[in-house]
Amino acid sequence: MATIDIRSVRKSYAQTEVIKGIDCAIADGEFLVMLGPSGCGKSTLLRMVAGLEPITKGEIAIGGRVVNDLEPKDRNIAMVFQNYALYPHMSVYENMAYGLKIKGMPKAEIDAAVKEAARILELGPFLDRKPRQLSGGQRQRVAMGRAIVRKPQVFLFDEPLSNLDAKLRTQMRVEIKRLQSQLAVTSLYVTHDQVEAMTLADRIMVMNAGVAEQVGTPLEVYRRPASTFVAGFIGAPAMNFMPGRMGADGRSVGVDGGLSFTLAEGAAAAGRPVTLGVRPEHLHPANEIPDATTIALRVELVEALGADTVVHGRIEGTSGPILARLPGTARVAIGDVLPLAPAPGELHLFDAETGRRMAA
Amino acid sequence: MQRRVIFDDKLLPYLLLFPQVAVTLVFFIWPALQAVWQSTQLQDVFGLSTQFVWFENYTAVLTDPGYVGSIRVTAIFAASVTGLSMGLALLFAVMADANIRGREAYQALLIWPYALAPAVAAVLWLFIFHPQIGMVGRTLNQAGVPWDYKLNNGQALSLVILASAWKQVSYNFIFFLAALQSIPKSVIEAAAIDGAGPRRRFFTIQFPLIAPTSFFLLIVNVTYAFFDTFGVIHALTQGGPGTATSTLIYNVYKAGMVAQDLGGSAAQSVILMAFVIALTAVQFRFVERRVHYG
Repeated sequence: MATIDIRSVRKSYAQTEVIKGIDCAIADGEFLVMLGPSGCGKSTLLRMVAGLEPITKGEIAIGGRVVNDLEPKDRNIAMVFQNYALYPHMSVYENMAYGLKIKGMPKAEIDAAVKEAARILELGPFLDRKPRQLSGGQRQRVAMGRAIVRKPQVFLFDEPLSNLDAKLRTQMRVEIKRLQSQLAVTSLYVTHDQVEAMTLADRIMVMNAGVAEQVGTPLEVYRRPASTFVAGFIGAPAMNFMPGRMGADGRSVGVDGGLSFTLAEGAAAAGRPVTLGVRPEHLHPANEIPDATTIALRVELVEALGADTVVHGRIEGTSGPILARLPGTARVAIGDVLPLAPAPGELHLFDAETGRRMAA
Repeated sequence: MQRRVIFDDKLLPYLLLFPQVAVTLVFFIWPALQAVWQSTQLQDVFGLSTQFVWFENYTAVLTDPGYVGSIRVTAIFAASVTGLSMGLALLFAVMADANIRGREAYQALLIWPYALAPAVAAVLWLFIFHPQIGMVGRTLNQAGVPWDYKLNNGQALSLVILASAWKQVSYNFIFFLAALQSIPKSVIEAAAIDGAGPRRRFFTIQFPLIAPTSFFLLIVNVTYAFFDTFGVIHALTQGGPGTATSTLIYNVYKAGMVAQDLGGSAAQSVILMAFVIALTAVQFRFVERRVHYG
């Protein structure tokens, strides 16, 4: 059980800075997911916590103890790798017992710990097998078992599910969540999959180009994205953005194409260039929402997904595509002009220059 | 567009195989059979008359105390050369695998000795260890350490072992390094997180995982020590002093070329061939079983 403190951490390779100063305090027992596109530095940050990459600047503390100069083995952590990283020449049992043997734990205790982990993970029948005789999901479980037998202070997960097929991924996701809440071990989890992030995390750190764009609970990140990057990254299909300018009253936004939307909250100086965002699922047929600005959407493509129908279209006189997510029962054809309106309070205002959220 | 070529001709496969088969037959199989045949012959020095003597040559060779001594020399020589060259190569490979800066230069330098002809390599060692003109040899003598590999049996054997092993280190190094680098980095990292230090990681993870390569190199090196070290020994010590560095392969040369005993020389080479075949079979039988192929 331990907290993790990441204080102004930076990482450079030669001249290139890949982590540009990240601060984050992770509470005891918390599950923090680091989410971002590939190359954003999320794995590098995790590897710095693990001690596999030196920290260029800043401090990382685990359980209040600064670990910058500690070897991985002295940090009391366990890590699950994307490719499992099992020892190919050892049996499942030996794989899980390896770390305990090094600790010098008595044989009987090792045996009990391994058997217990095997029971939790349903690996009992495979203890004598070699990793190459196991399926992907079983290997993944062995990797988890190897992590939990050591009873570490911190679990580190580096995209542990990305080598599994979709069905198994869903199943393992649930198992990881269950295990983590049972064991209540502080966990850091790296992924590029927002569904994993949303379902597993207590809090999500959305990363982009070496910067933490936002740290918050899954719903905070979804409801109040701190930047256009977060807004576009979380949610599928992605949020619609419309470039515009603040109106003279400081509460309405005029977007390209001549439409004007009134904000429920927040304000900015008149004439300021802004980006207005609205999620596809928050665009509804205009007759359901009174007193709202109506968007006339010319439909260009319809994706009928069953539960939902995703409509791709364009507002007359503008260039950017707009997506709307309507109920699966909606009857829409290409070429239709749909009158749509944003749900009240679901408009997001961002600074056009910085991309940061403006509405308070 | 890619076109797949299919040969209908029944003759063509044989034609394509012919060069390799021809080389094997002419340069390996035929001489080997020739040696077996010759080992049953007794020829006079001028090659004027030849007599079929069954296994007389073999009994002569095997009852010769000099030959039995040569087996001892060869055993020491082969074990030392194999152990030394593989051990050093593994050490260098582990270091090159870890070292980052200047790695390419270091690797290239380690590979150079392999490009040298055995005789040239031997001359190089000769210039270093010659008691009068060699740098190390002279320094040793001046410092009061009596060094003369032309008089001292142990020193002579050590020198040919060193030179032969040195020449093979490059070859082993390349294979060991490639094997070490084929181990996924995350496996090593997982072991590091599991609490294993570098030494422990090497012995419990890396070494077992490169076992197939080590086994291959063991066979190659033993064969090298038995057959391919003639050049080094001939250039450095000519098998001397006395018979101190006369390995089995060197004896084959001495019996055939110096003593002109073609039958005896052939018998020796047949024994040597049988011995190495048997040794390799034993290695496959007993060592390979403990090798884990990933």
